[in-house]
Amino acid sequence: MPQPLLQIERVSKAFGKTLAVDDVSLEIAGGEFFALLGPSGCGKTSLMRLIAGFESPDAGRIFIDGRDVSADPPHKRAVNMMFQSYALFPHMNVAANIGYALKRRGLSAGMIGQRVRDMLALVRMEGFEERRPDSLSGGQKARVALARALAGEPKLLLLDEPLSALDRKLREEIQFELMQVQRDLGVSFLIVTHDQDEAMAMASRIAVMRDGGLAQIAAPRRLYEKPASRWVARFIGDANVLEACVREGAASQIQLEIEGALHLVVDGADEAFHPGASVAICVRPERMNLHAERPLTGNVLAGEIVEIVYLGASISWRIRCDNGAVVRVITSSGIDGSFERGARAFISYAPDAARVLCR
Amino acid sequence: MKSLARRLVLAVPLLWLLAFFVAPFAIVLKLSLSRAAMARPPYEPVFNLSDGFWGLVESARQFTFDSYSLLLSDWLYLDVYVSSLRIAGLATLIALLIGYPLALAMSRAPAHWRPILIVLAIAPFWTSFLVRVYAWIVILKDEGLLNHALLGMGLIAEPLRIFATEGAVLIGLVYAYLPFTVLPIFNALDKQDSALVEAAMDLGATKTSAFWSVTFPLSLPGLYAGALLMFIPAMGEFVIPDLLGGSNDLMIGRLLWAEFFSNRDWPMASAAAIVLLGLLLAPLLLFERAQSREADT
Repeated sequence: MPQPLLQIERVSKAFGKTLAVDDVSLEIAGGEFFALLGPSGCGKTSLMRLIAGFESPDAGRIFIDGRDVSADPPHKRAVNMMFQSYALFPHMNVAANIGYALKRRGLSAGMIGQRVRDMLALVRMEGFEERRPDSLSGGQKARVALARALAGEPKLLLLDEPLSALDRKLREEIQFELMQVQRDLGVSFLIVTHDQDEAMAMASRIAVMRDGGLAQIAAPRRLYEKPASRWVARFIGDANVLEACVREGAASQIQLEIEGALHLVVDGADEAFHPGASVAICVRPERMNLHAERPLTGNVLAGEIVEIVYLGASISWRIRCDNGAVVRVITSSGIDGSFERGARAFISYAPDAARVLCR
Repeated sequence: MKSLARRLVLAVPLLWLLAFFVAPFAIVLKLSLSRAAMARPPYEPVFNLSDGFWGLVESARQFTFDSYSLLLSDWLYLDVYVSSLRIAGLATLIALLIGYPLALAMSRAPAHWRPILIVLAIAPFWTSFLVRVYAWIVILKDEGLLNHALLGMGLIAEPLRIFATEGAVLIGLVYAYLPFTVLPIFNALDKQDSALVEAAMDLGATKTSAFWSVTFPLSLPGLYAGALLMFIPAMGEFVIPDLLGGSNDLMIGRLLWAEFFSNRDWPMASAAAIVLLGLLLAPLLLFERAQSREADT
């Protein structure tokens, strides 16, 4: 494996009595678009500030390009940051903002001017050199902040909730531009966000954080289809998490007991499951089917329809199973048969639609 | 109804300005154009409303610029203005040199300390101004506390002569008005987004260059405000130069007092006050222009 661009080795950081980052290790490759995702207070921002150098770790080490930077101040790290508030210098025009890093390095005015023009072209803001930050719209500020952070040619760009100040439409536009710029420049991006759609759409790998630790690192699809724990399953998208008991746990085919019925799950998990162990399965709502009559074979749950929400392209159902668990099912709105609230219904899912969760 | 209410709301500050600024200013302006007289009141013409409109116009014809031309032709007055400008300017400079680091330290203090520090900064105002100036006499005079302490420590062989000098006036002015410079600067520093300094350091600035390229320029409006709040009262200050200064340390405040009460030359005193007002308005207007230019760009 080639040398990772960023290597975080068992890093911990406490603020007072709160352990903000708890023994985190992760690696980011050159050219990767990586996301740190988690609810607020999970430590993702603290981890990013440790990488930027605004905080220093209590334990552990941080390497950039193989060099230990744990003790380096921010200005000595080949890392730049796009701030949540954008933090554009209000007393400088756009050109001076973008050229700030280059001026610190003592580059000539001519070279700075050329680089500023290139960066403005990159973010499609040509001709804005003389404008002041407070005369720019939200989207323009975001672009200038991106150009400023990239002007110094960092190896890794940190993005702290870069889209949270924008309205929905603009968010999609800037999101698209971020992805394009990242592909064009090949710089590694590390984005911190609490918005899973954002992380899913942009990142090639996502680290889900919870209570200062890493809950799972995986590609978006794997994260959604193969969550590592009940918590991740519920955090990412909609999930039906059903408690189950292992009957027989072969390498990949697991027989489980749910509601007294036998269910077969083909998980592809590397772990073996001991008979009698209590586990859970996660089935995504759209991977479930709804029937008026009990299917003869397969994994079936029975219950009563308690809620029907028509969403145009799809219908969202809530069904209270006989054991009391409420399951959400999403079907196409062209579903056959008539279902009414209070009616009895049967849910089925394919053996490979479920994921067995031990934690 | 609504517009009436709005007009009433506007009328309150307007009436306040009229009663406490415009009217006194008009009276002083009128006095400055009058002639001193051995009478009661000690000037003429005296406006008498019973003479009717034309009577007032007749009185106004007697207006004279004598006081102003005397003010501008006599070196004594010019000297007093120049030395007032110099002392107030110097005091402002010293106050900024002390006040800025103080405000910076306050703004960087932990959040739960800041309210305490602000209270400490304005705590001196809870005692009478006069008492505090008297206290400085006790400290600064030749056989005062300061000289006692320095002599006792063997740092000096004979008492320092501070009391009744310009130095004592400067100490008094800086002491009295320092909170007025600290608070606006603190306010300007405190409201700065801390991400700005982090952004500067992230982009390659050291702590020092981040301060000079970001923190300091953004605090300039507070610095200007603090300087004005120090300079303006220092220019017209009477108590401090009178109590702490020597007989040679004439400032405009003392001059005004002498003209009014010793010479009973009210027109002269009024003219001196009007010129002082003009001198003080100039930096205010400059500040205002700088502010609006800031807002434009």
